Amino acid sequence: MLDDFFWRAMLGGLGVALAAGPLGCFVVWRRMAYFGASIAHTALLGVALGFLLAIDLTMGIAATCIAFSLILVLLQRQTKLATDTLLGILAHAALATGLVALSFMKDMRIDLMAYLFGDILSVSATDILWIYAGSSLSLAVLVVIWRALLAITVHEELARAEGIPVDTVQMVFTLLLAIVIAVSMKIVGALLIISLLIIPAATARPFSRSPERMAVFASLIGMFAVAGGLFASFQWDTPSGPSIVVAAFLLFAASLFFGPKRL
Amino acid sequence: MPLADSMLIKADRIAFSYSERTILDGVDLAISSNEIVTLIGPNGSGKTTLARIILGLLAPSQGHVERKRNLSVGYVPQRLSIDDNLPLTVARFLHLAQRRKEMRIEDALSEVGASRLANAGIGSLSGGELQRVLLARALLRRPDLLVLDEPTQGVDFSGQIEFYGLIGRIRDQHGCGILTISHDLHLVMAATDRVVCLNHHICCSGAPESVRRHPEYLALFGPDAAERLAVYAHHHDHSHDLAGEIITSHNHEHGPREATEAHHRGDHNTQT
Repeated sequence: MLDDFFWRAMLGGLGVALAAGPLGCFVVWRRMAYFGASIAHTALLGVALGFLLAIDLTMGIAATCIAFSLILVLLQRQTKLATDTLLGILAHAALATGLVALSFMKDMRIDLMAYLFGDILSVSATDILWIYAGSSLSLAVLVVIWRALLAITVHEELARAEGIPVDTVQMVFTLLLAIVIAVSMKIVGALLIISLLIIPAATARPFSRSPERMAVFASLIGMFAVAGGLFASFQWDTPSGPSIVVAAFLLFAASLFFGPKRL
Repeated sequence: MPLADSMLIKADRIAFSYSERTILDGVDLAISSNEIVTLIGPNGSGKTTLARIILGLLAPSQGHVERKRNLSVGYVPQRLSIDDNLPLTVARFLHLAQRRKEMRIEDALSEVGASRLANAGIGSLSGGELQRVLLARALLRRPDLLVLDEPTQGVDFSGQIEFYGLIGRIRDQHGCGILTISHDLHLVMAATDRVVCLNHHICCSGAPESVRRHPEYLALFGPDAAERLAVYAHHHDHSHDLAGEIITSHNHEHGPREATEAHHRGDHNTQT
């Protein structure tokens, strides 16, 4: 029969998908997929720093992701490089630095694959606590900034002219992304996190006539993918993180063929 | 010093440079309530920069902008580029701008003649429809000052006439001040109180001439168009080279209205 570790994995995965849905919608609407992926790449440096400083890994990852977004915003104002160039430089520099740093810690047995692709079956009760704390905090804050963020997404200058604190709201949104990415590391790993953000959102699109509905659908679709992927992984003994992403992709493909026409 | 009662906004000696290029230099512009000001000028003349400074989106390098206390500004941008993946109906889009339910969404839409669009997807609108929806959105905020950035871009000629008529009615009904930016040098609103011609500095400004009742023009748009349209005999009293430097400056006094109006008077034979 299914064991405890399986249900912990399920609980953790569902918690991540719950928050990833609505946040992922904004990632899609704001065309920030590459930005999200870049933050996630940085997470590996966070793992290395966490080990080096002997602090909680989730904290290390969250702090590194937040620092990365702050540095990015600063550099965007300083240089004339295009944002995607800047992201490419920073993200891969952080990923590479993380890998180099981890290789120095020879006395520690670190399963690199677990951080790159997730190790959902080792999810502990503490991890679940982190996931639900992070997810519910992100969702609560997202509800608060929802309208402002939507207005900025529609037209940044218009929102600014209407008195919305554009920079603050954008910064808060980036922090939320960093938090969700940090707590998702265990579930799908640094390289696959972005798919949990954007695939459910993209899948929800044809079924949605309002932003809110798309956010809710994205959550549900993500949770469905987590459940499907985990059962499949248990059934066929496949790696759980990639299985979840494959399940999400299959749902997306199905929505392309069977979904209604767009609004 | 506080602004006079009817004065909404007063820009004083505005200069703006970007990457060592002077975009604006010594620009004065004041807008009062109930007044329609049309800003014209060639591409790259600094119109949008000036509008952004007026809106408070951009800080001038020099000079300053005084605003009436609690000035509420409605802004109609040139276009929207909403990602197709964001499902948004017109009504929901307008809802985003509603602050304290000062005006009902249905009322704003019907005022701009776009009631039937309420449930349409924002991405499915034509250029002219989108302009009306953006205008409705600005109205929802009960603006003291309305800023329109090239509102008729991509709208056909008769659509432009209709839109300008609408702007005139909005001014009459709400008594707000209106600043319109236009790249079109020949077609400005009849309702315009003042036309300001900008090319990095203010070349000239003054009341638009009355419509010339050109038979071909009237044939195109009907006799009604004459009432709503003004042809501004646009005559520079100097020329600019590509960098915006003044080439010839014969008998030239900069900026002040009296000088340029005298120059424009009697100049009705320039329409093509």
